[in-house]
Amino acid sequence: MKAYSLFSLARNAMSYHRNWQRVWRSPDPKKHYDVVIIGGGGHGLATAYYLATQCGITNVAVIEKGWLGGGNTGRNTTIVRSNYLLDESAGMYESAMKLWEGLSQELNYNVMFSQRGLLHLAHSVHDMQEIGRRGNAIHLNGIDSEFLTPEQVKEMLPIINLNCRYPVMGGLLQKRGGTARHDAVAWGYARGADAAGVDIIQNCEVTGVRVENNAVVGVDTSRGFIGAGKVGSVAAGHSSVIAEMAGFKLPLECYPLQALVSEPIKPIIDCVVMSNGIHVYVSQSDKGELVVGSGSDAYNSYSQRGSFDLIEHTVGPLCELFPIFSRLRMLRQWAGIVDVTVDRSPILSKTPVKNLYFNCGWGTGGFKATPGSGHAFAHSIAAGEMNEIAAPFSIDRFNSGALIDEGAAAAVAH
Amino acid sequence: MFIVNCPYCGDRDQTEFSCHGEAHIPRPTETAKLTDDEWGEYVFFRSNPKGYHRERWLHVHGCRRWFNALRHTVTDEFVATYKIEDPRPPIPEGGQS
Repeated sequence: MKAYSLFSLARNAMSYHRNWQRVWRSPDPKKHYDVVIIGGGGHGLATAYYLATQCGITNVAVIEKGWLGGGNTGRNTTIVRSNYLLDESAGMYESAMKLWEGLSQELNYNVMFSQRGLLHLAHSVHDMQEIGRRGNAIHLNGIDSEFLTPEQVKEMLPIINLNCRYPVMGGLLQKRGGTARHDAVAWGYARGADAAGVDIIQNCEVTGVRVENNAVVGVDTSRGFIGAGKVGSVAAGHSSVIAEMAGFKLPLECYPLQALVSEPIKPIIDCVVMSNGIHVYVSQSDKGELVVGSGSDAYNSYSQRGSFDLIEHTVGPLCELFPIFSRLRMLRQWAGIVDVTVDRSPILSKTPVKNLYFNCGWGTGGFKATPGSGHAFAHSIAAGEMNEIAAPFSIDRFNSGALIDEGAAAAVAH
Repeated sequence: MFIVNCPYCGDRDQTEFSCHGEAHIPRPTETAKLTDDEWGEYVFFRSNPKGYHRERWLHVHGCRRWFNALRHTVTDEFVATYKIEDPRPPIPEGGQS
């Protein structure tokens, strides 16, 4: 792999950018790999990258039924933050944040990570108590966050309407939070993994998980059987489908989560604004589009569409909070299929089948964790035991009762 | 957006309803004897199929009665809605789950 640099940019400019190296290979699948990763989204590619670069396991394949980052990696609202209430979550998301902070340099690929600040608004006494509790918990975990008064919020965001129907009473700001370019994260990890020897096999759907003597031996795919010493499933919305192939159930249900973008406008909002109280979040992309999201549709679905009333529930609070946006046109709308656990925390776990590992259940908030999730999952697969960061997220917690009840505890929209 | 056929009220807008996940999960009878695994299975683990799904709906902004539905989770198409005490309508031919 040739490294990207100012010199390579200049050199390729001389030949009208016709001679750039392919970013990754498209190999035919081998008969057997030490580790097969199911799912070529951000988390799967990050897992493969860390397996190859940090764990010394380079005989790895990533199997993707569509194209890289075409699922939830390309469908989220690109927000990165680590302001979680519970210690287990703080461990996971802050480890991700630390990796984000050096990711472009490490991958030699600009993931456009922008720590523009993430402002979480409070609109009621309950909200104020929640950010008070969570803000202090965040401080105890050594993570940055600041409380803002409504005046300070107004200073940051002159366009905000503080006296909206549910007036803004305060805010919790994580200055290290922000956004990253979601596609670039998948592409950067893919390029890094490929350079380290990982085979990335696109347009190859897993149709079966082959289990012998209660241990996984490989996967059946649309391109034939691929043997594997270990299999890591990182299939997000389709995790339950993979689990069914392996003969067990997961504590997951899938819902559509919608997002929408506006027409591009000049820079107007220079941080990420989240409001759980009236439920909308918005940031502005580098192209100038507003990227808007809110809650998921509340029925099981794999449809990647979602319902219209949810869009109204999203743009209503947006216009209430920022009346200036009321005449913006929305250009695109879509949904991703989010796999949600009852405690709104992910699953990184061994399974009833030996050598089969699952990384799923990220629900509505997986993008921000991409580097941390891949890192923890790779080290856990390599060791055969879940590492310190991943261990609390075991599937066993749904039987033992040791839930990581982030959703209920903090009313967190991811 | 869906039109949902409430077995009591007829066709109504989806916004009048709420969905409450997989149907036909009976509450265990001898709960004192259940193991942690059995409790976890009952409370948390779901089939979550990509295909036909029997699920519970509540006409929350209408008659406020519970009923079941058979719906496809990829097309979101309702095959049937039926009262709790009604027999389960069959899955259309060629379908799984």
